[in-house]
Amino acid sequence: MGRLDLFLGVDVGSVSVNLVLLDNNCNVVEKIYLRTQGRPIEVLSEGLERIHQLMPANSVVAGAGVTGSGRELAGAMINADIVKNEITAHGIAVLQYIPEAQTILEIGGQDSKLILLRNGVVSDFSMNTVCAAGTGSFLDRQAARLGIPIQDFGAMALKSNASVRIAGRCAVFAESDMIHKQQMGCRPEDIIKGLCEALVRNYLNNVGKGKEILPVVVFQGGVAANQGIKQSFEEALGQQVVVPEHYDVMGAVGAGILARKEVQKTGLTKFCGFDATSVEFSAKSFSCNDCANMCEVAELSNNGEITARWGDRCGKWSSSLKKKPDISFMA
Amino acid sequence: MIVTFPHMGKVYIPAKGLFDDLGVPVSVPNPISKKTLEIGTKVSPEMACLPLKINMGNYIQSLDSGADTIILTGSCGPCRFGYYGIIEKEILQDLGYKVDVVILDAPGKDPGIFFQRIKKISGNSSWRNILKAFLSALKVVEETEVLFDIFLYKRPRELAKGETDRLQDYFEKEVLNCHGSGEILYFVDECRKKASLIKEKPDISPLRVGLVGEIYTLIEPFVNLNVEKKLGDLGVEVHRGITIADWVKTHLSPDWKYKSERKKRLKKGGKYLNLCIGGHAWETIASTVHFADMGLDGVIHILPFGCMPEIVAESIIPSISRDYKIPTMTLTVDELTGEAGYRTRLEAFVDLLEQKKGIKYGQA
Repeated sequence: MGRLDLFLGVDVGSVSVNLVLLDNNCNVVEKIYLRTQGRPIEVLSEGLERIHQLMPANSVVAGAGVTGSGRELAGAMINADIVKNEITAHGIAVLQYIPEAQTILEIGGQDSKLILLRNGVVSDFSMNTVCAAGTGSFLDRQAARLGIPIQDFGAMALKSNASVRIAGRCAVFAESDMIHKQQMGCRPEDIIKGLCEALVRNYLNNVGKGKEILPVVVFQGGVAANQGIKQSFEEALGQQVVVPEHYDVMGAVGAGILARKEVQKTGLTKFCGFDATSVEFSAKSFSCNDCANMCEVAELSNNGEITARWGDRCGKWSSSLKKKPDISFMA
Repeated sequence: MIVTFPHMGKVYIPAKGLFDDLGVPVSVPNPISKKTLEIGTKVSPEMACLPLKINMGNYIQSLDSGADTIILTGSCGPCRFGYYGIIEKEILQDLGYKVDVVILDAPGKDPGIFFQRIKKISGNSSWRNILKAFLSALKVVEETEVLFDIFLYKRPRELAKGETDRLQDYFEKEVLNCHGSGEILYFVDECRKKASLIKEKPDISPLRVGLVGEIYTLIEPFVNLNVEKKLGDLGVEVHRGITIADWVKTHLSPDWKYKSERKKRLKKGGKYLNLCIGGHAWETIASTVHFADMGLDGVIHILPFGCMPEIVAESIIPSISRDYKIPTMTLTVDELTGEAGYRTRLEAFVDLLEQKKGIKYGQA
């Protein structure tokens, strides 16, 4: 038996760090979902170590892609073959498994997106702009406040038969409205159902404004685990909503698929990620005081050597490194 | 008298030339920076639109470094900009600045006032010299516009990444050392020659994207987070829906030929909007249609948060997108705009255009 080629996809988001390994047919071989907890470097190193151990004996990483809000950092750390934005990554992943999909509802930790697919390509998208009231972090917080584990949140909503209307436009107002409804004596499951409906209403009014939501509708991102939200989406849209098997790591899956495509073009992977687990990474940021913009420049060093910098408007810092990091979108 | 004026993209280049030629001491405001915005935000009403806040920052920085007279153009426009001059003057007075604010509205019912104000800011120049200085400044506007169009053309095509940026930076820095329109024109020409020497990648046909929206936001790179450069770096050839030259020719010069062309262009969008609803919403709609007609790959619409005319335009653009099958995206900016989200959107939009184009040429 020969060598088994696997493709690594990494999604470094605000709330979770996801890693997947795909085989040559884009099937998910392994997946890891970790909480970022504000320490992306440590958590990513830990994830890499764990996925390294999970790899079959005769397998190698033949390509690696990164996405998510921490993509630049992650890309520099593991020397990824491709660094892509989350929207494209999510679109690519869905098209791989559900080619007939026309709409993707994606709700993550701190942002929510709507991606429209037509004729097998991304044709339009939007992201939340106003407020995080419709996202996972908000649900997390409310679950904690009600003393209900987030895992049980959705199931509880399904038990409700009379939802309570919650003002969902703003996270702060929603919270005070919930407290008010609790003090009125409403049942927790009805409040949770109301919260799900408010979140869905907020999403459709804000992210989904003016967009044509056509079937098949796919719902993914960490929040898709929540049965209550799924049900509320189905009620609001009047159609079935599909939650894919790997809904929680679809961004990483997309990054893996893109890495596979990229390596097919370039021939050889640049990936050096498993060394990354033995290398001491440190990131710091400083304020450049050379002009009035005072850009916050971030720099990543491994074993004391600075390998990447970003965040400067003028490019003075990011272009001053001898070895250029391969980040396609530094500007 | 030391005059100053608010920044708006590259307006400072012809403005400096003009005052130099008139022999009026001029203090070009510091380049807009976070500091400028910080100062402006502090003294402006919170709900005011972004350009006002930046104007205020410009004034205060210039006044603190010695200027005593502010010149700005009003437009008597039916959007908030029409009141900028008056409000800004009031704010400065409240802050205790002793400053002369001269508002240049286009000559309307009472041209006398206009000429009186021109005379006031022109020192001791004769009318003949004033006219000459204005005409040279107009030439500077047009020539710099051509230079910047070359930069936009070269950036996605350059062989050595960053070469265009370096030349543009050099130009923007050195042009301030020129005295008068004559020297500026000479320097612009020199940079144009240099720009034409930038080597291009062979066989490249970049994506072409049009930028439309509120004028200040489009023209001022600090405000639009340098969208032209960001798109250029992503390999996109940028087409501008509105430029300083357009604005000057519309409001400050009697160029009738241009005005009739402008009318024709506005008529093109007549199906969607056929009157001025304030600001540049009409131009936004007309330019979107114009770009779709030109066969561009996509259009990006940019507005400052809370800009009423552009909000109306935002709701019309999807119809154009549908009818002409051209992808569009609207971006709203203000002092709170996060750069990361902005970049993600631009990047995803360019990916979308690439995928779509791939299909068109059967490569997907």
